[in-house]
Amino acid sequence: MEHATIFIVLAGMFGLFMAWGVGANDVANAMGTSVGSRALTIRQAVIVAAIFEFTGAYLAGGAVTETIRSGMIEADRLSSDPQLLVYGMLASLLAAGLWLMLASQRGWPVSTTHSIVGAIVGFATVGLGIDAVKWGAVGTIATSWVISPVLAGILAYWLFISVQVFILTARDPLAAAKRYVPGYIFLVGFIISLVTIKKGLAHVGLEISGGGSYALAVGIGIALALIGIIAIRRLKFDPRADSSFHYTNVERVFSILMVMTACAMAFAHGSNDVANAIGPVAAVIGIVQTGGQVAQHSSLSAGILLLGGAGIVIGLVTYGHKVIATLGTGITELTPSRGFAATLAGASTVVLASGTGLPVSTTHTLVGAVLGVGLARGIGALNMNVVRTIFLSWIITLPAGAILSIFFFYILKAIFE
Amino acid sequence: MVRTTISSLFGASPIRPLQTHMAAVIVCVRELHPFMEAVLVDDWDAARTLQGRIAQLERDADKLKRELRLHLPNSLFMPVSRRDILEVLTSQDKVANRAKDIAGLMTGRQMAIPDPIAGSFLAYLDRCIDAAVQAQAAINELDELVETGFRGGEVDLMQSMIRKLDEIESDTDKIQVRVRADLFQRETELPPVDVMFLYRVIDWIGDLADLAQRVGSRLELMLAR
Repeated sequence: MEHATIFIVLAGMFGLFMAWGVGANDVANAMGTSVGSRALTIRQAVIVAAIFEFTGAYLAGGAVTETIRSGMIEADRLSSDPQLLVYGMLASLLAAGLWLMLASQRGWPVSTTHSIVGAIVGFATVGLGIDAVKWGAVGTIATSWVISPVLAGILAYWLFISVQVFILTARDPLAAAKRYVPGYIFLVGFIISLVTIKKGLAHVGLEISGGGSYALAVGIGIALALIGIIAIRRLKFDPRADSSFHYTNVERVFSILMVMTACAMAFAHGSNDVANAIGPVAAVIGIVQTGGQVAQHSSLSAGILLLGGAGIVIGLVTYGHKVIATLGTGITELTPSRGFAATLAGASTVVLASGTGLPVSTTHTLVGAVLGVGLARGIGALNMNVVRTIFLSWIITLPAGAILSIFFFYILKAIFE
Repeated sequence: MVRTTISSLFGASPIRPLQTHMAAVIVCVRELHPFMEAVLVDDWDAARTLQGRIAQLERDADKLKRELRLHLPNSLFMPVSRRDILEVLTSQDKVANRAKDIAGLMTGRQMAIPDPIAGSFLAYLDRCIDAAVQAQAAINELDELVETGFRGGEVDLMQSMIRKLDEIESDTDKIQVRVRADLFQRETELPPVDVMFLYRVIDWIGDLADLAQRVGSRLELMLAR
């Protein structure tokens, strides 16, 4: 193929830039509940995020990357003109990256996922023809954008109700917290590892049978719970701290749980959002490497996932910590017991979506989860204007991503042909 | 770019400011006791100073009230209804206003309390202040209620506090009847205009307890939602 090296270099650059953006902006939302509820310091949050965003991207990011790469476009129609797909994917990366930069400068709650999906669907509709888009798959993705916040909200609601029933309203909430929190920790480890093992590991060449995957997930859950029990034992409780607010020590137990869910959230975020950056890169590299063949079925190379994970970590370290720092002072109404319920619900939903190959918005899912806790009368005050701006940003982001990518598509086409 | 979606989702909870406002109101109301003691011994210099302090404390509470109102936009989603919060705030505010009215009127008219009723008068005032203090105790449980999500033992605790507030209020009603009866016995010996205003002050002191009770009944509505 002509210009093959240029295409790969461009794709790598754009993809790394997008991954940097995911790390710089979106990670702050994923870690916000942990830092806001004072379960983690900013430094700890950055370290946790770096480790688990990377492992999430590498271990569980494959399925969503596959969807972004080839799940939305009928590539068979392009076998005569494969470079069109290369232009389109490059244009999509440029469009989504530019739109995100613009939006984050203005403080709009724009989703990386929506930008890239809007961009890909946009260039495909106009540049390749309306039949080139797999509308069924795109419809499923759009539906998942509605379902994921709702599902996370329902999960968070019931998680928090269970926390109320088992712990907060118990006669001795501290004793109840010590008894039940390890159970919740088990749940965190079990859910996240089960979904990852069942859906994600195939992409890094690990296959574990059905029974084995359950056993491994239970094992990881128990191991985490044991670590949790030891950590709780090592906590020092100050009875005097409870005199003005009776739940200070209980919240301390929850903060250990919160640390575990923060790891889960970082993992979930990495697994879903890495695809936004490297899905198009994988598509470009796939086409170029097969010498112009549209490689619909060639397997995704682990190296590309590695690139995406690294990009996210670089974004996090160079810029993301600043955003997380502003969060630390931003959220004062979130205690670890609520932060945990919201984050676990969000993380479970996102990991489930990652396993199914659905690109969802991590931020919107978390917003849904937080609202779920709010519905259970758990949070002092929630600003419902945010929900309105999220709806607005949906309505704007999809056409904006589409129009920009169509624009770049024709420019790239003009340059290279 | 400073605020991310998640951080902008959280509004400032009105619970703590509501408690701060109530604390300011109580500081103001408590000053009525030394004020009344000064009045009873006819020390009008001290009384004027204390009246000035009460007025200042009432203004301080007012400032807190206005701040809280400004930070309570319609778009907030809270575990308690916005209207209940505002009603509680208004009732709390009225307690401080009444304290200011009482001190103002008594200082302005240099009202002398007839010696025979002085003792029961002070006891009456103290019991009414008790009602306000009990209302504050209930308000101070609100953050625990939010923590437990309005469930379980905290709800019972709050209810028993409100019951106690009701008991104190009905106590003040009984004392008020006694104080009025005492005054009635002597009213022919006193200048009629003074007597008129004494009845008014007795009413106003009783208002302290009534308004405190209104805080309690609004809290009960919050529990019921």
